[in-house]
Amino acid sequence: MINWKIQLKGTWTLLKKELLRFWRVVFQTVAAPVITGILYLLIFSHVLDSRTEVYAGVPYSAFLIPGLIMMSLLQNAFANSSSSLVQSKVMGNIVFILLTPLTYIQFFIAFLIASIVRGLFVGLTIYLLASFYIDLPIMYPGFVISFALLGGGLLGTFGILAGIWADRFDQMAAFQNFVIMPLSFLSGVFYSIHSLPPFWQKISHFNPFFYMIDGFRYGFFGQSDISPHLSVAIVLTFFIILAGLSIRLLKTGYKLRG
Amino acid sequence: MEKAIVFKNIKKSYGSVKAVNGINLTIYQGEFFGLLGPNGAGKSTLINMLAGIVKSTSGSIKAMGFDVEKNYQEARHSLGIVPQELVFDPFFNVREMLRFQAGYFGKGRENYDWIDEVLERLDLTEKAFTNMRQLSGGMKRRALIAQALAHRPPIIVLDEPTAGVDVELRQRLWCFMKDLNQSGHTIVLTTHYLEEAENLCKRIAMVNRGKLVALDDTKKLIRKNSSKNLNIKIDSKDVQKVLKILKNFKVFIENEILTITLEELDELNNIIVLLKKNKIKFFDIQTTEPDLEKVFLQMTKK
Repeated sequence: MINWKIQLKGTWTLLKKELLRFWRVVFQTVAAPVITGILYLLIFSHVLDSRTEVYAGVPYSAFLIPGLIMMSLLQNAFANSSSSLVQSKVMGNIVFILLTPLTYIQFFIAFLIASIVRGLFVGLTIYLLASFYIDLPIMYPGFVISFALLGGGLLGTFGILAGIWADRFDQMAAFQNFVIMPLSFLSGVFYSIHSLPPFWQKISHFNPFFYMIDGFRYGFFGQSDISPHLSVAIVLTFFIILAGLSIRLLKTGYKLRG
Repeated sequence: MEKAIVFKNIKKSYGSVKAVNGINLTIYQGEFFGLLGPNGAGKSTLINMLAGIVKSTSGSIKAMGFDVEKNYQEARHSLGIVPQELVFDPFFNVREMLRFQAGYFGKGRENYDWIDEVLERLDLTEKAFTNMRQLSGGMKRRALIAQALAHRPPIIVLDEPTAGVDVELRQRLWCFMKDLNQSGHTIVLTTHYLEEAENLCKRIAMVNRGKLVALDDTKKLIRKNSSKNLNIKIDSKDVQKVLKILKNFKVFIENEILTITLEELDELNNIIVLLKKNKIKFFDIQTTEPDLEKVFLQMTKK
């Protein structure tokens, strides 16, 4: 049995490597999504601020910011684990990790935490920059932190699954463009689902991104489309299912070990 | 002698293709061992199964007494494997990669001196802060070897480590490996440079079509499977006469050159005496030493 200090050191090393990996290309991994988020904010708030009020007493810009923060957080958490894995597989350097005594749990934890950190970093930067634009107090910090961590964790796990599955960059791009982007854009970032026709409202309830954004927004305004407790439960359930699946695939070595 | 690696009836199939077909092989601690075979013989599959990158279809493999599947953590701690493909991580420099690699095995600052020594021995010190992307092919190969050594494993497996590298690195690498071997490390080598294997490895296994076709002490293997040859150039008109005179020997003739297989060195004298007695004129005479290449060709053509 390998002692816990060695195991901890191994996990920390992989986490450190994953963190450094995105930090080395910080313009691409943090600055670019922050700029995109801020541009969405400037354009949509300029066009819609005077015309739309989603929640009573909350300007559209303020309504939009939590959605944008969460959307960017989720997309970047996904991008971190998925791109790291698919890149390592295509370039062949995944072998450096496969040759080590790291367990599938250590592998999962390191990739998961790195994804959450990148997601939080992007989200927090957008929040700080948006604070210069509009005053945005947080009503329930517990919900904000919970949904940020759970959302980052869920999408980081989703990224691990996609990274295990994809063998080529184009497969990963397809996953990002045909799954992640539509789910995040149709989750209520820019609108409340109550403004949708009943059929699309029902459809939105099948989108896990909706619960993360709605619950996260509740943390800011104390208002949401559905109960934040229900959202926590649903997001947590999704996370447990995907984490279980990821760990199982890592354990069996699916598409990683021949 | 204590066992370092044990392959027990190990098999690996890809569909109907049997890449490794029931290999039994024991490598002992402190050995410098050669694993040879033509391309596609199953050497790399065998190494990948040892490393845990490929799962065996049946059989078992142990490294330092630990099963590579059931006790993979302990087994991998004892292994340092240099992969055949020239892979690298483009985000980091050489020293970072080595420190990460050692860190995965739980090694921290206490191991930094060893990493510096590995860099020094492989002539990488000047490139320690160079990004992996900017290294030449030969330098990348050195870094790959250094990565396998970073956690100071008792067993070092080198899969074609000198493919495409210059003579200087080869010399340096073998010098380093000999030192490591003398200090107790087990070295397993696969190579296409048979001269290297002959000079370095005390024991050799030959694999062909997924099966073990030879396993012995290097010198014994050569002696048992390859004889010394005597080549004599004669006049073409004497060919038939000579064949009659040397009818008790294994003789092969091509372009007036007789090639006689010598079972024992004493036969050399007898042949010269016989030829002189029969007044056969010869223009050139030379002997060729038995070597691993001949054994290899003989073993792998079957």
